[in-house]
Amino acid sequence: MWTLDKLDKTMLKTAKIFWIFLALSVISSVPTLAQHAEEHSAHAEESHGEGSHEEESFNAGEFVIEHVSDAHDWHIVSFGDIHISIPLPIIVYSKNPELHDGKSFYVFMSSKFHHGHEDYKGFRLSQTEENKGKIVELDEHGLEAGKPTDISITKTVAGILVSVVILIWVLLAVASSAKKNKGKAPSGLQNALEPIIVFIRDEVAKPAIGEKKYEKFMPFLLTVFFFILINNFMGLIPIPPFGANVTGNIAVTMVLALFTFAITTISGNKHYWKEIYNPDVPWWLKFPLPLMPIVELSGVITKPFVLMVRLFANMMAGHMIVTVFVSLIFIFASLFNAGVGLAASPISVAFSVFILMLDVLVSFIQAYVFTLLSALYFGMATADHH
Amino acid sequence: MGLVTPNPGTIFWMIIIFGIVLFILRKFAWKPILNALKDREESIANALNSADLARKEVEGLKADNEKIIAEARREKDVILKEAKEIKEKIIAEAKEKAGAETQKSIEQARQQIQSEKTAAINDIKKQVAELSVIIAEKVIKKELGNKGEQEKMVDGLIDEIKLN
Repeated sequence: MWTLDKLDKTMLKTAKIFWIFLALSVISSVPTLAQHAEEHSAHAEESHGEGSHEEESFNAGEFVIEHVSDAHDWHIVSFGDIHISIPLPIIVYSKNPELHDGKSFYVFMSSKFHHGHEDYKGFRLSQTEENKGKIVELDEHGLEAGKPTDISITKTVAGILVSVVILIWVLLAVASSAKKNKGKAPSGLQNALEPIIVFIRDEVAKPAIGEKKYEKFMPFLLTVFFFILINNFMGLIPIPPFGANVTGNIAVTMVLALFTFAITTISGNKHYWKEIYNPDVPWWLKFPLPLMPIVELSGVITKPFVLMVRLFANMMAGHMIVTVFVSLIFIFASLFNAGVGLAASPISVAFSVFILMLDVLVSFIQAYVFTLLSALYFGMATADHH
Repeated sequence: MGLVTPNPGTIFWMIIIFGIVLFILRKFAWKPILNALKDREESIANALNSADLARKEVEGLKADNEKIIAEARREKDVILKEAKEIKEKIIAEAKEKAGAETQKSIEQARQQIQSEKTAAINDIKKQVAELSVIIAEKVIKKELGNKGEQEKMVDGLIDEIKLN
């Protein structure tokens, strides 16, 4: 009886979460659908005056891509035509000040664009296939003339800032309690993070780099690990100020990989470079055609490239699959009718939850893998000749 | 495709933000945290080491004590054994000495007896000689009481001299 009771409770709990999640996803997605439909119909009327059959159709690809890509505002929720989103600052530098009231440097909020419906000072949030969502300059005739230098605080950058603020806040708190508890047992947050720090030190840095040299690389390895981890997790929480797809953004992973590359290159010792330019292979692999040096040199570039792609692809794929499973509901709804969509919802939500769970695991693994590989590259760069 | 093209603006901000974060965390977070960890590990290691040392010391003391006790016991044994030996030796010596003394006195007694005996024998011999002289005197006195006898004897003696 007791077990049955417990089972009942667990099931009830699961069911509750299930339906809350379902309701949330429906609420946040339906308006997007409506918006799509509206755009489509408007577009259709303009161009060929027909396409009423398109009104109901649901473009899953567009829906998914929109959810995982960067944006100039942080969408919270939409009701029909009313879009609630956090406007983000746009910072642009134009080489053609004559198009923008004679000024070339502009800082303004993205709300000036009214979700892409209006132009501002000769700038436009492009709706074309090629530059969708990007800021473009307009010429005298109101046509897109090119892209200005854009260093706006996009959704990704804002997400980075949020994560960084949390990261610094948490770690400074840990540091202060570490200082306070010097020589004593750890307490609070310190207790939670220390095992991870010790793990990175003892299981990642020490074996990969070596007992003598690992200390120099610890700050970077720890920073990278916690940065990736916190952003992976924040990407899984679908409510602003979380949910920005930071580690699934190739620019972000590229910078992380570039840091690893730069540190590897700077700390590379004589032995490391010798192994690249003059590896221990039969002479005919090096002369007259420097075959092995070319291979080794390409390896130097490939390593950070692989780091970049691995993290990006994993996180991007996770986000995409979750959105795809959610959009399955609407695919069914548009293919048949709303009833079928509703019937398909438990399955697709169950799959989404499963993938989200998997993503939690992947978040850890990817943060660990990035850190471990960085440590291995540092280890290679600083290895002694033997 | 837009997704796999890195956005220069994002790269720009990411480099700045990540660089600053790395700097701040390195200076204000990782250094104290890692130092605290190291300190604690060292102090724990030290404590364990000193506990180990103390235990070893105690063990050493115990072993020393045992060694001393064993030594003392051995010494006692040795002393006892020596004492026994000495005792036996003394007894043996005493016995020997006593034996020798007895032998000596016996010998002395024997010698004395011997000399006494010789003296006595000599005395007896002298007395016998005196007695025999007395007896001989008496016999001769009796034999040579008459004249014929005296002449016969003198003749005998002269005969003997003639023959010579």
